[in-house]
Amino acid sequence: MATTPNRNAAAGPQAASQGFVYLPLIAGWLVPGAGHFLLRKWYRGALLAASIIGMFALGLAMQGKLYANAHDILDLLGLAGDLGNGLLYVVSRAAGLGAESVQVTVADWGTRFIVVAGMLNVIAAVDAHNLRTGRKHA
Amino acid sequence: MISPSHFTAVVLFALFVSTVFGITMRDTPRRMFRYGLYCFVMFCGSAIVLSWVMFLIAR
Repeated sequence: MATTPNRNAAAGPQAASQGFVYLPLIAGWLVPGAGHFLLRKWYRGALLAASIIGMFALGLAMQGKLYANAHDILDLLGLAGDLGNGLLYVVSRAAGLGAESVQVTVADWGTRFIVVAGMLNVIAAVDAHNLRTGRKHA
Repeated sequence: MISPSHFTAVVLFALFVSTVFGITMRDTPRRMFRYGLYCFVMFCGSAIVLSWVMFLIAR
């Protein structure tokens, strides 16, 4: 009986400091670099955001295609990669950015830039999650 | 619409990917920089080497 309050008191602050451990993962996926910003890793977050947003913007500027549906397995993989961009993909689709089809060689590169930006964003979000859970130090 | 050359596209791709790889795959800033630089050189170097190989094969 006497140990129960002590145990709760010891677990209380630890539980409070844990919070929602998936928040950096979700925030990092929705907005590139946001997961690291939440963990006060300002420089890393800024570099990640600049790299991923820059790559996505360059892809759009090269008339890259934003996958909207999946007719075959390659389209499905492209769509999965694009969805890794989180809100960037949603906003760009809503704004009508991105080409409907690839017309020139540069547009093909742009499509790859957009897909790879999405995959890099997923890697960055998982890194933020690992920092949050302590799996990765510093 | 921008139309970078093939080499410019390779360098930009390598720069962005190396930055993310360096930050996410290593723990300390020094090791992050070194690994990012290593990835950048490997990306650009392999693109140049493969380009020359394809050029020589096509002759």
